[in-house]
Amino acid sequence: MAVGESQLDGETESGAEDEVEARVGWRYTVARIKQDTTARLGLYIVSFTLFVAMYTLIDSNLSRLTFGQVSDYTFAQLLPFFDHPTHIPPPGEGTQHMPPYFPLAEQSWNPLPAGGTLEHPLGTDHTGRDYFTRIVYGTQVSVFVGLISTFIGLSGGTIIGAVAGYYGGKVDDILMRIVETVYAIPPLILIIVFTVFIGGASIWYAVLGVGIAFIPIFARIIRSQVLSVREMDYIEAAQAAGVRDRNIIMRHVVPNSFAPMLVYATLQIGVTILIVAGLSFLGYGAQPPTPDWGQMLNIAHRNYMHSNIWLSIWPGIAIMITIMGFNLFGDGLQDALDPQIDD
Amino acid sequence: MSSEPLLRVENLKTQFFTEEGTVRAVDGISFEVREGEIVGLVGESGAGKSVASMSIMGLVESPGEIVGGEITYKGETLFGLEEGPDGELRERDDMLSSEEIRTRIRGNEIAVIFQDPMESLNPVFTVGGQLREFIELNRGLPEDEARAEAIDMLREVGIPDPEERYDEYPHQFSGGMRQRVLIAMALACEPSLIIADEPTTALDVTVEGQILDLVDDLQEKYGTSFIWVTHDLGVVAEICDRVNVMYLGEIVEKAPVDDLFYDTKHPYTNALLNSIPRPDRTVTELEAIEGVMPEAISPPSGCRFHPRCPDAREVCKRAHPDAKVVADADGEPHEAACVKHDAFDAGYDQSPPLEGTAVDTGSAAVEESESELTANPAGDDSGGETRE
Repeated sequence: MAVGESQLDGETESGAEDEVEARVGWRYTVARIKQDTTARLGLYIVSFTLFVAMYTLIDSNLSRLTFGQVSDYTFAQLLPFFDHPTHIPPPGEGTQHMPPYFPLAEQSWNPLPAGGTLEHPLGTDHTGRDYFTRIVYGTQVSVFVGLISTFIGLSGGTIIGAVAGYYGGKVDDILMRIVETVYAIPPLILIIVFTVFIGGASIWYAVLGVGIAFIPIFARIIRSQVLSVREMDYIEAAQAAGVRDRNIIMRHVVPNSFAPMLVYATLQIGVTILIVAGLSFLGYGAQPPTPDWGQMLNIAHRNYMHSNIWLSIWPGIAIMITIMGFNLFGDGLQDALDPQIDD
Repeated sequence: MSSEPLLRVENLKTQFFTEEGTVRAVDGISFEVREGEIVGLVGESGAGKSVASMSIMGLVESPGEIVGGEITYKGETLFGLEEGPDGELRERDDMLSSEEIRTRIRGNEIAVIFQDPMESLNPVFTVGGQLREFIELNRGLPEDEARAEAIDMLREVGIPDPEERYDEYPHQFSGGMRQRVLIAMALACEPSLIIADEPTTALDVTVEGQILDLVDDLQEKYGTSFIWVTHDLGVVAEICDRVNVMYLGEIVEKAPVDDLFYDTKHPYTNALLNSIPRPDRTVTELEAIEGVMPEAISPPSGCRFHPRCPDAREVCKRAHPDAKVVADADGEPHEAACVKHDAFDAGYDQSPPLEGTAVDTGSAAVEESESELTANPAGDDSGGETRE
C-alpha cells in the first residue's frame, strides 16, 4: 500500500543493522564461549570426550593400537541400532565388534603388569585386558549414560514443569506435589530401589533411574521460567489467534524458557556421569564385562588397592576430567546465555 | 439498522473472584458492532475495557469468569446462560463449544491486536515464520503458499523489503514496524472483526498517525469491523464511527462519534473531554477529573460516577441509571446513563446538589446552595424546571 512505502524511516533500518549483533542466538553464544578461556577448555574436553565416545562406537577394534584385549564385548553391542555378534568368537579371533580375546593362560603370566610398556601403557587388569583400551572404551558408557539420562530428566521435567506452570491452579498443584515427593527421596536411594525393584542391576535401569530422579529438578527450573513467560503478550496473542494449548506450550512457552534448562542440563551431564559411575562402583550400574570406569574402580579398589594403586587412579582421573569438562562448559554457557553479565 | 449486527453484546457481566472479594470488572454492558464499522470502547485505566474485549474472545483467565449476559456473533452464540431445570444458571445448548470457538472464531473470525507490539511477537522465532505459521494453521495452506501470502501481507501493511525482513527477528523491528506486523497477522485470515486493544498507546504520536491511516485504508479495503479499545479520545475522533464510553465496568454513554463530541450527554464524557491537553489552554486551565476511579470491588452506590461528578445531586447517590436514549442523532440513538436527563424521571431537578453539601452540615443550607447550582449545568435543558 502506498501508505507504507513512504514511511520507512532511517531509524528502523540502521537499528536493524546494529541489532544483528544482539546478545541472542547461538552464534553470539559460541563467540562468547570462545572468548572465555575456561569455557573454551571445557568445550575442548567435551568435544574430545564426545569424539572418543563416537569413535569407539564405530571402531571396536582399538586393540590393534595396543595389541591388548579390550573386553569381552563393548557398550556398542548394548545399543539396539548396532549389530552385535551372535556368537562368541574363538580365542585369538575377533569380529567387527569384538576384538580378539586372549585368555590369561595364553599370555605370559603376569597377573598385573605395572604398565609403562608399549604394549600396555597403563598395564592390564586382572584378566589381562589392556587397561588403557578399557579406559578409552569406558568413555562410551559414561558419555552415553550421561547424555541419555540427562535427556530423560530434561524432557520429562520440561513437559511436567511447562504444563504445570502454564495451566497453574490445580494442575500445577497436583503435578508439582508429585514431583516434590520424588524430589524428597535421596536420589541414590531412589535409583537403587528403582533398579532393584524393576529388573535388577543393569546399566539401562541405572540410566532410567537417574533420569527419573532428576525430573523434579528440571521440572522446577522450567516451571519458574514458565510462570513469567506465560504472562507475556505473545502467549495471549497466540491464544487469541486460536492456537491450541499444546502448540502454545511447545512453540511459545518452552523455547522462551529453555536457556537456563540448557545450562543446567550441561552441568547435569557431569553429575549424571558421576552418579552412574557411583552406581557401577556399588554394583548397581554397568555389569562386567562392560568396560565402565565406575565398575573398573570397584574391582580395582576391592582387590588391588595395595598391590597396584594405579588401577584405581586411572579410571578416577578419567571420570574427573570428563566431569570437569562438562562443568566448565556449563559454566561458560551460563555466562554466555546470561544477558545480565557484562564483559 | 434492522438487520442483525455482526456482534451483539448484551448485559455482559465478567467478575473476578479474588480473595478480597468479587471484582465486578464488567458489570452489565451492552453494545453492538455492525459490518464494516469501527466502534470505540473508551475509558480510563481499569474501566474494564480490556476485560470486556477478552470476554468476547472467551479468554478471561481464572479467577475471572463471565457470570451473565449474552454474546452473539453472526447469529451464533459465543456465550449465553439459561436457567437449568434445577434453577441453576448453566451454559446454553446452542453456545459454541470452547473447541469450536478456538478453531473457528479466534483468529479466523475475530482477531486481536494487542497493546504492546514489543511483547506481542515471540522473540525466538522470525517475524515471517510466525506470520507464516499463523496462516498455515488458520487457513490450512501448504507452507510455500503460506509463505507467499505472508510476504504479501507484510507488503500490504507497508513493511519495506518484505522478502528480506521476512527472515528477521522481532528485536530487529522498530515498534511501529512490529505493530504493522501484528496488524498483518490480524488481517491475515481476513476476519470479520478485529479487536484492537489500545494498539497505538505504546507508539510515538507520528507512528500512531501512520498506523491509524493504515488501519483506515485497510478497513476500507477489506470491510473489516473493528472494536477500538482506547483511552485516547483523539484517536476516537480520528477513526471511530460510534463510541461507547465506559466507566467502572459500565457503559455510561453511547453515541455516534460526532454527537459524542459536540452534544455530550454524560458528565463523565464531558470531564474526559475537558481533561485532554490542548494547545489553546495551559496546564493550569486543564480540568482534570477529581479523585481516582473507585475500585470495582466496592463500587459506589447509585450512579458510580457521583463521587467525582460535578453535576452530582442527592438522587445520584440512590438512583443507579442504566443507559437510556436521551437524544436522537440522525436516526441513531444517543444513549446516556445519567439521571439529569428527562428520560430518567428520577427527580434529579428536585434533588439537592451534592457539591454544596460537602462543606455545610444543615439541611437549610442545602436549599440555598441548590438555587446556586440549578442555574449552573450548561447545555442542559433543565433551565425552566419546577422548583418549590
